[in-house]
Amino acid sequence: MSTMNLTLRVWRQKGPEDKGRMVTYKVVDVSPDMSFLEMLDVLNDRLIVEGDEPIAFDHDCREGICGMCGMVINGVPHGEQRATTTCQLHMRHFNDGDTITIEPWRAAAFPVVKDLVVDRTSFDRIIQAGGFISVPAGSAPDAHSLPVQKDAADAAFDAATCIGCGACVAACPNGSASLFTAAKITHLGLLPQGQPERDSRAKAMVEQMDAEGFGGCTNTGECTAVCPKGIPLSTIARMNRDYLSAK
Amino acid sequence: MHYTVGEPIQDAKAPEGPVEERWDKRRFAAKLVNPANKRKLRVIVIGTGLAGGSAAATLGELGYQVTSFCYQDSPRRAHSIAAQGGINAAKNYRGDGDSIYRLFYDTVKGGDFRSRESNVYRLAQVSVNIIDQAVAQGVPFAREYGGLLDTRSFGGAQVSRTFYARGQTGQQLLLGAYQALERQIAAGTVTMHTRHEMLDVIVSGGRARGVVVRDMVTGEIETHLADAVVLASGGYGNVFFLSTNAKGCNTTAIWRAHRRGAYFGNPCYTQIHPTCIPVSGEYQSKLTLMSESLRNDGRVWVPKTKGDSRPAHEIPEVERDYYLERIYPSFGNLVPRDIASRAAKNVCDEGRGVGPGGLGVYLDFADAIRRLGRDAVEKKYGNLFEMYERITGENPYEQPMRIYPAVHYTMGGLWVDYDLQSTVPGLFVIGEANFSDHGANRLGASALMQGLADGYFVLPTTVGDYLAGAGDFGDIAQEDIEEAVGQVQDKIDRLLSVQGDRTADSFHRELGKIMWDYCGMERSEESLRKALELIPELKKEFWARVKVSGVNEELNQALERAGRVADFFELAELMCLDALHRTESCGGHFRAESQTEEGEALRDDDAFAYVAAWEWNPDGTPVLHKETLEYEYVKMTQRSYK
Amino acid sequence: MAVTGAVMVLFLVGHVLGNLKMFSGPQAFNDYAEWLRTVGEPAVPRRTVLTLVEVVLAAAVILHMWSAISLARRANKARPVKYAAKRKNQASGYATHTMRFGGLIIVLFLVWHLLDLTFAVVNPAGPAGLPYDRMVQGFALERWWVTVFYALSVIMLGLHLRHGLWSAFQTLGVGNARARQGLSAGAAVFSLLLVAGFLAVPFAVMIGVLK
Ligand SMILES: Cc1cc2nc3c(=O)[nH]c(=O)nc-3n(C[C@H](O)[C@H](O)[C@H](O)COP(=O)(O)OP(=O)(O)OC[C@H]3O[C@@H](n4cnc5c(N)ncnc54)[C@H](O)[C@@H]3O)c2cc1C
Ligand code: HEM
Ligand code: HEM
Ligand code: SF4
Ligand code: F3S
Ligand code: FES
Repeated sequence: MSTMNLTLRVWRQKGPEDKGRMVTYKVVDVSPDMSFLEMLDVLNDRLIVEGDEPIAFDHDCREGICGMCGMVINGVPHGEQRATTTCQLHMRHFNDGDTITIEPWRAAAFPVVKDLVVDRTSFDRIIQAGGFISVPAGSAPDAHSLPVQKDAADAAFDAATCIGCGACVAACPNGSASLFTAAKITHLGLLPQGQPERDSRAKAMVEQMDAEGFGGCTNTGECTAVCPKGIPLSTIARMNRDYLSAK
Repeated sequence: MHYTVGEPIQDAKAPEGPVEERWDKRRFAAKLVNPANKRKLRVIVIGTGLAGGSAAATLGELGYQVTSFCYQDSPRRAHSIAAQGGINAAKNYRGDGDSIYRLFYDTVKGGDFRSRESNVYRLAQVSVNIIDQAVAQGVPFAREYGGLLDTRSFGGAQVSRTFYARGQTGQQLLLGAYQALERQIAAGTVTMHTRHEMLDVIVSGGRARGVVVRDMVTGEIETHLADAVVLASGGYGNVFFLSTNAKGCNTTAIWRAHRRGAYFGNPCYTQIHPTCIPVSGEYQSKLTLMSESLRNDGRVWVPKTKGDSRPAHEIPEVERDYYLERIYPSFGNLVPRDIASRAAKNVCDEGRGVGPGGLGVYLDFADAIRRLGRDAVEKKYGNLFEMYERITGENPYEQPMRIYPAVHYTMGGLWVDYDLQSTVPGLFVIGEANFSDHGANRLGASALMQGLADGYFVLPTTVGDYLAGAGDFGDIAQEDIEEAVGQVQDKIDRLLSVQGDRTADSFHRELGKIMWDYCGMERSEESLRKALELIPELKKEFWARVKVSGVNEELNQALERAGRVADFFELAELMCLDALHRTESCGGHFRAESQTEEGEALRDDDAFAYVAAWEWNPDGTPVLHKETLEYEYVKMTQRSYK
Repeated sequence: MAVTGAVMVLFLVGHVLGNLKMFSGPQAFNDYAEWLRTVGEPAVPRRTVLTLVEVVLAAAVILHMWSAISLARRANKARPVKYAAKRKNQASGYATHTMRFGGLIIVLFLVWHLLDLTFAVVNPAGPAGLPYDRMVQGFALERWWVTVFYALSVIMLGLHLRHGLWSAFQTLGVGNARARQGLSAGAAVFSLLLVAGFLAVPFAVMIGVLK
């Protein structure tokens, strides 16, 4: 396959206080086998040598598992490719001559740090509120003392695959963190180990989510559509049920 | 590059007596800190991977005042998250003859007799508790229909002792540790600093008493003081630039500690993983691992004839060379990583490699699909196949995968004693950052086990023992703090002031290539000498030509990278020196000069049954301290997987 | 939202059933309208029950609107800076994106509808006309625009409910994942029936089946 020339419109913002603006860059000879982030690496290398600052973006594993990367590409978090993180998005899904608009996650609870980097510590605080099972190290009983139905274990696993990337928030028309929060509530709530704290967990996590300034859920389903791990909407129903029954 | 030989060292902390009783003895002998005092004792933990996350959470639970750091935006993103295959534990839930002793035995043998028996035995013992702990936390391990935990055999083991959570074991274990950590943060026992990079250790009165960190958002250089410092900063495989490690993995934390007096153990021991997706172009930023579990059902082959460029399906069965099955009939496709990697390199060197540049071999599932059906294969490996297709654009159900070895894990790391304490008192090192348990080669699914063993079970005991004496540590001298801060500041200023014409990444890439070509899968005196010539030259060029744009007082990713690359240069030299001095082959370290007639690694136990612990010397000649290894339980034999 | 929505849905079910009485002839329908006002007599005075229904309904509409507005304001606050690229909806079902707009149309419709058929100020039969006549004259062929407006509004309502019903189940966490798929289909069928039921009368009038 031959290479591509692209025009990028990228959100540049020096810091939290800066107003920020869109800046246009041309990139040439992009290989279709490059990942989206590698394409930005190439641009950044050029910017640095030219004395400009590279476009700041978060990333680490580049394998779609750490949840660190994420940008809104042409209006869609992680790009239009389904079930894909930005780092796993490859340039073969674009065409020569395309103009690509790249923006950070937009949410009040995810303030922009710089360029495409946002602060997602609000997610950590939601977990702090109750996204755990309280077992101090060394106090656990033998693992086989508590069989778990395979169905429950598998369903819990599906919810547990959330990588905490925040695309759900970025996509939600209401800026809601319901899918992220519900994924954890579902994961732990489906397991027998998670039962003792089930109600208090749901209540505390939902309240923390609201306190962080995320929007409310009106079940529009954008979140699950962009979620790289395909966390299902049924988790949100489960969260609501646990929350209602906790009152 | 020269070195001198210093005093031998011995790890005096491991108790004497039968190996099964040593850890119990050590635990019993460990001094306890009373709960009221614990609240006053401060521990710094660098890193929130399996090792650091579990350690910080556990120390918090015990009541210490813990301060934790990571460079990512959340502790949940530490590189441990990427581990796919599984975690070993000697539970013997299958009743297939596994035991603590057998895991111990396999690990010592797998490490090619370059690890400590005491440590490995303890690891095997504690492995059992890890699974209990993880399950209680809600880690959704794979289960069978009866509701009990499922296991699989992994990476050359003949028993089924690997617990797994689909292809995301590391993620699930890390989230368990992360949640425990967040719980302690909420409880106020742990203070978390994300987006902070540790740049130096503060050593005062001969003890580690704090760290210097850079706030990666504001650029502020901060100091944090404590009674003990724990490094859990992970491995340094990224010295090769291309590796399966996350982009941010670095050596800075341990390298800075090394420069402050912590010995570096076996720096040259690197593990090359046989099943990675081959490089596709110059822009490549990292390599992606395909879980080793694929080798359970995939068959590895290359064309019999050189330069055969036909597509895989046009090559008839008789013209294929299933070389692992041919050379190692009893282990076949499941030989240990180092052997599988080198075999792949050999066939590619013969010109029989496939794909771009001839750097790849086939991993073929056609047989498995025929035997088990596509659905069963999809169920087992679906997510890996998908990942492969996403990256390469090829469908592994229809054509065989292409794989090639890539740098994956570093067995070397800071030298620690049985208590996981480095040669700097009060500086503990856990997880991949230390050199401790894997010898010259790590078995699959054992790194997760070691990280969690260290963090949940071993360190909390041994740190407590150390801290029990904290009353006598004395004050932290102001000049020691200032000196460390000054050094950090100075390095940043230097990096920013060069204003050359090349990016740090371009240097890193070049350094990585030197390391891969001359200190990679196969090393020779000649190649290593060459590397030791090239690296200092490139380092000099780096300091003359590197370009870092922007300023310190902001989020500056160019600066972060440049700082890490600078440390990689220094480490690379030590790795090559270590590799050069060890003229035997062992585990992941293969010296061309030391091989059997069949081309297998040939150890030299008389000369090299020791840990090489390197002491930093400011004048540029490192000092080698040897720790002799003795084997009372597992008889030293030449490994054979034929 | 879900609760107020449910109240309104219940009303609509009753309402559509009542409307269908039109097909039973003028007598039946007028009696029905009368019954609405006299139900409960003589235990309670005339119109007690109806007024009660009206009050509950009014409260539901107001609360529902209030929640919708506060949700929208919260959403606005949760995303103060909008995206530059036009957002592309990834989820299927345009219904999910017309909730706010659709709701507004429905309320406007209600205003007209009350003026038309309840207070009959804009109805040709006038306040004095019998309910059946109001309907027949109101939807007469020459007043086709009224019928079209009704039709559009009722379809809007259908869309609103198609998502709204499913959404209410989701919000209340009813059933498990598999059951909820069924619920989604059920919501669609229900909405469709409701729309059909409401539209039957005006169209029947328009084409002259009812006169
Ligand atoms: C792709 C892949 C798959 C693997 N699969 C398996 C497997 O199946 N089974 C198995 O047993 N092992 C596996 N491993 C190996 C295993 O994952 C790692 O060895 C292990 O997770 C390391 O854990 P750790 O806690 O020591 O370090 P890490 O998880 O690497 O954590 C390092 C932490 O240190 C922090 N840090 C680093 N430097 C600094 C600094 N300068 N300042 C502040 N913080 C810093 C980071 O932020 C991070 O939090 C795999 C490895 C890879 C790369
Ligand atoms: C001003 C008029 C209206 C507005 C702005 C409005 C807006 C909305 C919105 C935004 C929702 C989605 C909320 C969510 O899913 O949580 C909703 C849900 C709903 N609406 Fe309306 N609506 C209006 C009128 C009506 C009317 C007249 C009815 C019924 C007759 C109705 C029935 C419902 C139902 C049943 C739901 C689902 C409740 C839920 O999901 O919790 N709405 N409405
Ligand atoms: C197109 C179909 C419809 C027809 C033919 C119709 C007809 C009527 C009639 C005849 C009345 C007066 C009843 C009486 O006073 O005796 C009425 C009242 C009413 N209708 Fe409708 N209607 C329709 C659709 C709707 C819809 C879609 C809604 C709501 C969104 C609605 C809400 C109401 C309300 C609130 C009243 C007042 C009830 C009261 O005063 O107690 N109608 N309708
Ligand atoms: S639910 Fe999905 S989109 Fe949201 S944080 Fe988790 S993985 Fe990302
Ligand atoms: S997109 Fe938003 S509205 Fe709810 S269903 Fe998802 S959180
Ligand atoms: S960089 Fe880790 S998920 Fe993309």
